Amino acid sequence: MQYQSQAVAKPYFVAAIILFVGQIIFGLIMGLQYVVGDFLFPEIPFNVARMVHTNLLIVWLLFGFMGSTYYLVPEEAETELYSPKLALLLFWVFLAAGVLTILGYLLVPYAGLAKMTGNDLLPTMGREFLEQPTITKLGIVVVVLGFLFNVGMTILRGRKTSVSLVLMVGLVGLAVLFLFSFYNPTNLVKDKYYWWWVVHLWVEGVWELIMAAILAFVLIKITGVDREVIEKWMYIIVAMALITGIIGTGHHYFWIGAPEYWQWWGSVFSALEPIPFFMMTVFAFNMVNRRRRNHPNKAATLWALGTAVMAFLGAGVWGFLHTLSPVNFYTHGTQITAAHGHMAFYGAYVMIVLTMISYAMPMMRGRAAANSPKSQVVEMWSFWLMTVSMVFIVLFLTAAGVLQVWLQRYSDAPQAYMVVQDKIALFYWMREGAGLVFLIGLVLYLLSFFVGRKDAEAVSV
Amino acid sequence: MSGTFTKSMARNIFYGGSVFFILLFLALTYDTERALPDRDNRGAITPQVVLGKKIWEENNCVGCHSILGEGAYFAPELANVYPRRGGDFIKIWMKIQPTGTPGRRQMPQFNLNDEELDALVAFLKYVSEIDAAGWPPNIEG
Repeated sequence: MQYQSQAVAKPYFVAAIILFVGQIIFGLIMGLQYVVGDFLFPEIPFNVARMVHTNLLIVWLLFGFMGSTYYLVPEEAETELYSPKLALLLFWVFLAAGVLTILGYLLVPYAGLAKMTGNDLLPTMGREFLEQPTITKLGIVVVVLGFLFNVGMTILRGRKTSVSLVLMVGLVGLAVLFLFSFYNPTNLVKDKYYWWWVVHLWVEGVWELIMAAILAFVLIKITGVDREVIEKWMYIIVAMALITGIIGTGHHYFWIGAPEYWQWWGSVFSALEPIPFFMMTVFAFNMVNRRRRNHPNKAATLWALGTAVMAFLGAGVWGFLHTLSPVNFYTHGTQITAAHGHMAFYGAYVMIVLTMISYAMPMMRGRAAANSPKSQVVEMWSFWLMTVSMVFIVLFLTAAGVLQVWLQRYSDAPQAYMVVQDKIALFYWMREGAGLVFLIGLVLYLLSFFVGRKDAEAVSV
Repeated sequence: MSGTFTKSMARNIFYGGSVFFILLFLALTYDTERALPDRDNRGAITPQVVLGKKIWEENNCVGCHSILGEGAYFAPELANVYPRRGGDFIKIWMKIQPTGTPGRRQMPQFNLNDEELDALVAFLKYVSEIDAAGWPPNIEG
């Protein structure tokens, strides 16, 4: 660690990992409810488990992004963080807000939570991924503003690199677009139209900037390739991400009441969205091949290559699979969407955060550069178990989705929703099995922080 | 990439391209806003429909169901549930939940009164009459 204040990233990473475990447990509960419908009913109905699953994901990724930023920015700016105290204060505020919100979902019926938190004053609740009480949303805004101030002041005081500028553009975009979560018109079409300005423009827009900046930072560190080369790649990748992704929002406007020209705009531009992800894969492999040093942290290198490949498969390939409007007409809102969502989030955002944790955590825990070989082996096993099981989760959901489309939609004699669900139950069982393997991988991941602690650290050969 | 293509050229493509496509997106959004009144069935948004949407949101219906294809995929699509089942069926259905059939997916009891159930049905009727380019593909959603 080059700067003392980078250490504030550590609690952010620890919280991220703990919430990640919670997310997976609730994912397994939901997966079982797909086939054993009354499992944990009425204590944890499916909608509650789903809110916990998706909201924990969002919160822990935000913890991961903030932690990554706190680690990255001082090193890039070559100065201490503007205020480590503010960073720690905001950590506790965000953690308290997150935990209270999750407990609210679990302990109070949702309508009661809406009443308790004054949803009447400014109704923003009850929309997918934006289920948080309005007061929690306000808390998120406060935390993010404080965070941006802290990071912005650090960059202003120090060296301004392209990596930190692109990261900053991504984070400011994240904050600005989140404000649309407060706009909830009674007109459902307009509600949906602007809801996507948060959801799509986050994950297929500004979050890609955050991902590219973190990936560029880690690649600079582990490969030793000239910064100019890496930053040039990063700019082209984020340029392509926004050039394709902004108009690509149109692929959500096919069937919600928006004008039908969106079928052209959305299909054409979102068909190009795999390009930046493919470039990211080429970029990562190229830089590792042209490396000027053999960094002893093999696990971090594996995560960096893995995130690029899996983001391309999940966001790029599985996104393209159902993005053309004549295809999407049949697949919209089926298990195909769920399949894509799982691999895209895992590949792009879960793995980029784990890449940064893998790179930074050893230094924050007193190593010079890397964990012991034993710890890295366990971590790499967890990489493969989680990644391969996610591939299978996605394949099983895709199979379920294809059958669902065939039986319920693409048919002269369409069958009722629940009739079809019963017929595809086999694939839900197999998905649940793959989910259990994912959990084993996650347990190994946790163990990797504790095994080989006393061994000497790995050295480059 | 070759030496003639410099980092500052890449940076300019990023900033220039982004600004151009943000402006194009805003222009398309402006045009969409002008076209929406003919498509989004806004004439049907009565105070009862407004109440219905609020009930829809405050009971997190979208946590299991989808509406116009968006939401969760655990329970049937509801954008066309009004033409599929009719208002009376929806109200009775809501009242008899949960079914308690062992092993079947269960829908919670939301304890809505008749006024609230009527509002929810009015909301679902309004949604079913939005011009969504022919989606859902058939009555099963």
